[in-house]
Amino acid sequence: MSPLLSVRDLHVRFPIIRAGDMPWTKPRILHAVNGVDFELEAGQTLGVVGESGCGKSTLARGLIQMVPATGQVMWRGETDLLSLSPRQMKPYRSEIQMVFQDPLASLNPRMTLGQIIAEPLSTHRPDIPAKERRQRVAGMMERVGLLPQMINRYPHEFSGGQCQRIGIARALIVEPKLLICDEPVSALDVSIQAQVIELLKELQRDLGLAMIFIAHDLSVVKNISDEVMVLYLGRIMEKAPKARLYDDPQHPYTQALLSAVPIPDPVAERAKRIVPMTGDMPSPMNPPSGCVFRGRCPRAQDDCARTVPQPEGDAHRVACLHPGPLSAAEMA
Amino acid sequence: MAMTSEQAVEATALAGKGRSPWADARRRFFRNKAAMVGLAILAFVALFAVFGDFLSQWSNEELDYNVMGQIAQEGGPSIENGHYFGTDDLGRDLFARTVQGTQISLAVGLVGALIACVVGTLYGAVAGYVGGRTDNIMMRIVDIFMAIPYMFVLILLLVMYGRSITILFAGVGLISWMEMARIVRGQTLTIKGREFVEAARATGVSAPVIILRHIVPNLLGVIAVYATLLVPLMILTESFISFLGLGVQEPLTSLGALISEGAGTIAYGTTWQLGFPLLFFCLTLFGLFFVGDGLRDALDPKDR
Ligand SMILES: Nc1ncnc2c1ncn2[C@@H]1O[C@H](COP(=O)(O)OP(=O)(O)OP(=O)(O)O)[C@@H](O)[C@H]1O
Ligand code: SF4
Ligand SMILES: [Mg+2]
Repeated sequence: MSPLLSVRDLHVRFPIIRAGDMPWTKPRILHAVNGVDFELEAGQTLGVVGESGCGKSTLARGLIQMVPATGQVMWRGETDLLSLSPRQMKPYRSEIQMVFQDPLASLNPRMTLGQIIAEPLSTHRPDIPAKERRQRVAGMMERVGLLPQMINRYPHEFSGGQCQRIGIARALIVEPKLLICDEPVSALDVSIQAQVIELLKELQRDLGLAMIFIAHDLSVVKNISDEVMVLYLGRIMEKAPKARLYDDPQHPYTQALLSAVPIPDPVAERAKRIVPMTGDMPSPMNPPSGCVFRGRCPRAQDDCARTVPQPEGDAHRVACLHPGPLSAAEMA
Repeated sequence: MAMTSEQAVEATALAGKGRSPWADARRRFFRNKAAMVGLAILAFVALFAVFGDFLSQWSNEELDYNVMGQIAQEGGPSIENGHYFGTDDLGRDLFARTVQGTQISLAVGLVGALIACVVGTLYGAVAGYVGGRTDNIMMRIVDIFMAIPYMFVLILLLVMYGRSITILFAGVGLISWMEMARIVRGQTLTIKGREFVEAARATGVSAPVIILRHIVPNLLGVIAVYATLLVPLMILTESFISFLGLGVQEPLTSLGALISEGAGTIAYGTTWQLGFPLLFFCLTLFGLFFVGDGLRDALDPKDR
């Protein structure tokens, strides 16, 4: 059976027109997502991790035609979503739903909870009578831990965690098959983060949802993912089943990210070595030649500037010419 | 899903009807003293315009032959002969004429602002939301229209089609929507980038629905504020045209026309002919500016 979602060679390019450019100047190209491919089975979760600006949100938005993308996004092995016109795309928009990073900003301040949660339902199932719609909304609210009495309240009366529950209820009211969560907990307090992640896991189990879960650090996705994909400058650096990635990271970048994750055990935390990562991520407007990570890689060698490493391997893919655990000398 | 006790407490407090962002704004507005004074002034002017006719002893067309020819001596404000505001140069009752002038001026202001709101909002929201080339073309059209000296066009229209109040309404409306369209477009661009619009787009809500359900309601604050500032602008425009003698046609009149007449005869010592229309003109403008300011403060999203 073909996977629920199968992405091949996805690219997203933004033409950048600077102020003062003449209309005929060729715009510079910002290559935000560069040749990403992965597969996602029903009910599974793919964690996507990378620094701010590495193209995580753009990847998510490219999948559902929110930004112009090229490549192939096969849905259930039948339909290439990128080949669809906006009209043809509409039914798939109920099967793929999104949860956003900023809980309050993702809710229209002029609409009540009831109206917000019902919107996808009234958009895709206008045949459902208002009374039943209201019942379904109330049911969904209960499901995500909101009291149905709150249905006439406005978003600004709620805390961040509750707003994110509203966002989740809105996404799930149309019974999607795939939920894309774009940093759903980054804006929340740590204690609330755990609650929301637990809620997502619980709902995923009950509803058989597939999930793409985006985060900017590896600790958040560890709990919820089956597979984890590490992005850097729009490219896949490493992708592996969760256990492999956390226990046996091969790419220097993944190791650097992992070394930045605090360990709860204070003894281990003190003994731990932080991989030195100098400088910032380069601009996606002019990426370095060869391996995009080479400017910050403790293991960079001459050939890294010449050859672009491709993500090699089957289950555990690594885009590095010299993969493997970093030695103590490299970490110093 | 189990509910923590804290959530439950919060939930009970929240149950029932929601406090909409509008209710908050209303509360802030009614606490603003300057805005309340403005509102009281406006209410007074509006009552004057609506019920003034019942109070006046004279119609606005009747000539009072008792005062004719000796306006400066006999035509001053007086309770006895029923000319509360005196008479104009021809011996017509100035009270009745001021009532009518206020009616016309308010109507011009309101109609102009209404046209601006509807046309300007839709035009600006569509341009801003659709974006790209459409936006470019739509806004260049506005630029071109704005570059035309509208006063000149309006005067040309009035000269060509005769001085009618319909032309005046149409002309004033035609001018006023453009600035509104620009403001609304700018605001739409920011709202378009907000996540709730992206959420609606991601879930497949169509563009017209997004504009009407997500964009416009979030613009209403800006629109309301700008509209209250537009009304006085329209009144001023009309007054200026009337001052040039091209506005509404006799026996109809407006505050601008009355001020123009009053200013013309001031040399004869008939100060009331300028004073009363000017008083109502200023009251109206003050009231509108205070209310507009109060609305802006009440609806300012920074406070929310
Ligand atoms: N509409 C756009 N037009 C031009 N450039 C864009 C656009 N959207 C994103 N970019 C650029 O694409 C790159 C990737 O951005 P993206 O928002 O996907 O990063 P991200 O990984 O989601 O970061 P964050 O963790 O901050 O959300 C950035 O350099 C960004 O400036
Ligand atoms: S290819 Fe070279 S520069 Fe890139 S990660 Fe591997 S070792 Fe570092
Ligand atoms: Mg992002």
